[in-house]
Amino acid sequence: MTQDTKFHHGDATQNDSPIVEMKNIEKHFGNIIALAGVSFDVRPGECHCLLGDNGAGKSTFIKTMSGVHRPTKGEILFEGKPLNFATPRDAMEAGIATVFQDLAMIPLMSVTRNFFMGREPTTGRGLMKRFDVAKANEVTIEAMRQMGINLRGPDQAVGTLSGGERQTVAIARAVYFGAKVLILDEPTSALGVRQTSNVLATIDRVRKQGIGVVFISHNVRHALAVGDRFTVLNRGKTLGTAKRGEITPEELQDLMAGGQEMAALEGSLDGTI
Amino acid sequence: MNDTVQGAADERLKAEPLFAQLIKRPELGAVAGVILVVIFFSITADRSMFSLSGIINFMTPASQLGILAIGAALLMIGGEFDLSIGSMVAFSGLFFGVCAVTWHLPLVAAIPLTFIFAGAVGALSGNLVIRSGLPSFIVTLAFLFILRGLSLVGLKWATGGSTQLRGVREAVENDWLAPVFSGDAFPGLFAKLADMGLVATFNNGTPKVPGIPVEILWFVAIALIATYVLLRMPVGNWIFAAGGDRTAASNSGVPVNKVKVSLFMLTACCAALVAIITVMDAGSTDARRGFQKEFEAIIAAVVGGCLLTGGYGSAIGAFFGSIIFGMVVIGLTYTNFDQDWFQVFLGGMLLIAVMFNNAIRKRVTGER
Repeated sequence: MTQDTKFHHGDATQNDSPIVEMKNIEKHFGNIIALAGVSFDVRPGECHCLLGDNGAGKSTFIKTMSGVHRPTKGEILFEGKPLNFATPRDAMEAGIATVFQDLAMIPLMSVTRNFFMGREPTTGRGLMKRFDVAKANEVTIEAMRQMGINLRGPDQAVGTLSGGERQTVAIARAVYFGAKVLILDEPTSALGVRQTSNVLATIDRVRKQGIGVVFISHNVRHALAVGDRFTVLNRGKTLGTAKRGEITPEELQDLMAGGQEMAALEGSLDGTI
Repeated sequence: MNDTVQGAADERLKAEPLFAQLIKRPELGAVAGVILVVIFFSITADRSMFSLSGIINFMTPASQLGILAIGAALLMIGGEFDLSIGSMVAFSGLFFGVCAVTWHLPLVAAIPLTFIFAGAVGALSGNLVIRSGLPSFIVTLAFLFILRGLSLVGLKWATGGSTQLRGVREAVENDWLAPVFSGDAFPGLFAKLADMGLVATFNNGTPKVPGIPVEILWFVAIALIATYVLLRMPVGNWIFAAGGDRTAASNSGVPVNKVKVSLFMLTACCAALVAIITVMDAGSTDARRGFQKEFEAIIAAVVGGCLLTGGYGSAIGAFFGSIIFGMVVIGLTYTNFDQDWFQVFLGGMLLIAVMFNNAIRKRVTGER
């Protein structure tokens, strides 16, 4: 694995203050401690990868960040101010958009109708107030083109798109509606090689627009391909944040697995994971 | 599926033939059905079936069903189901009859009250479905029996033991609002056309068709409004979304529960409209009014391209589905066939439509 990839990295914006900063977040469900002190922040124009194995607490953490859960302890700062999201809708309106694995897309509906679902542009007034289909189609085609996808037509059903394309529609939608922070939950986990590289390229495009990207993954290769910073989550705790170039894939992999076992395994597999 | 290539148009995409584009429209099946039925009856039926009076003859039952079917179609697109439509016709017919005959209310009060009453019952069953999380099939099946039973009990209470409430015609005859909900529209126009020899007349010179029955106008208007709402209003998008995937829809900010409850209310109001029109037409109301109409309405909606799973369908499709229905039920009397073939036809049509819709859905979603 080479350290340099074809992607531009957002190092120019490293000095900006974080958009979202989460300090020592704890989340308990009854007697289960899902998060035991997690600190994480994301700055404009960077891709901050959150790595962790299954059960490490990634999902709980994302849900806390996107307003689904309230932290038991800890502080969330949004643009420097302490903040408490009551609902996911609040987080969305503040500019934290989450693209979950199930994508919130409806296969039978067209790309345009999915793109604007719940936020349809209207034209006219009073009784003549109507869904501005022409504008919606135009915006959708253009937003998708910027992400590198040429649609057959705006009325193409989402069900006919590939997994990577659907992922891109979801990302394009979040960006169009003014996301400042984009949380991507395992966007590449179910994708093939080509589709994965398309999604990674999309992440790069989004980052260049000054949006902070939180990229959740358990795939070190995908993370290293686009990430500017890497935070590893293990058993509900963060094990520190590393900058790009400060850490090798092997070290990341070991951190995710919690150390020893993985190292032993990797020897027998000849470093192919 | 493959990702489209960045930049130029995808060379792997062939231009889609017109037929392939058309077949993706939900209402296509129903339009094809209308054409087939017209061909069938133009061969087998008496020629008078497609004269003006013949057309009015089959459009009248088609309209009465179609008003219900369009409501049912919107509800099905929204992902729910209402089996109580037929009983709702009887129940709101009873309420309307009691308003007009027993309470001597003028139509301007009786009609809005009937709609409010029907809407409230629809809101009740809708809320039960949403809050209990039970399938709407079961909840509205319960309402099918509850409302039919209440109609019987209520009729006996209102009439002192009979299951028919008479005297509606006498009560509303001279009401200024009556022509909007009963009788024929544009009688003057048709009389003039008869004078000019443009429409067929009886020997005494009165036109064979005195006007267009109002239910046909209601039917066409409702089909147009429903189509506009579905395709050109944000609410239409919410209906598709609520039926397609309620979690995805509410995650995207669609008020799914409100949409669904409103659709139940709308369906109930469609039933009330049919009740008002048919009760005023017959001059009386009885407990069997609207019997089994729920099934016919759902069949018309399915023939019109609605998927049973929700999220897909059209109001125009239900419009044509109802016309097929009316043509067959009336058309058989113009042929030498036994009229009881009608039921066989209805079942067969439903089966073909469901299989056709399933195939279409796979095409649209690209399932293999």
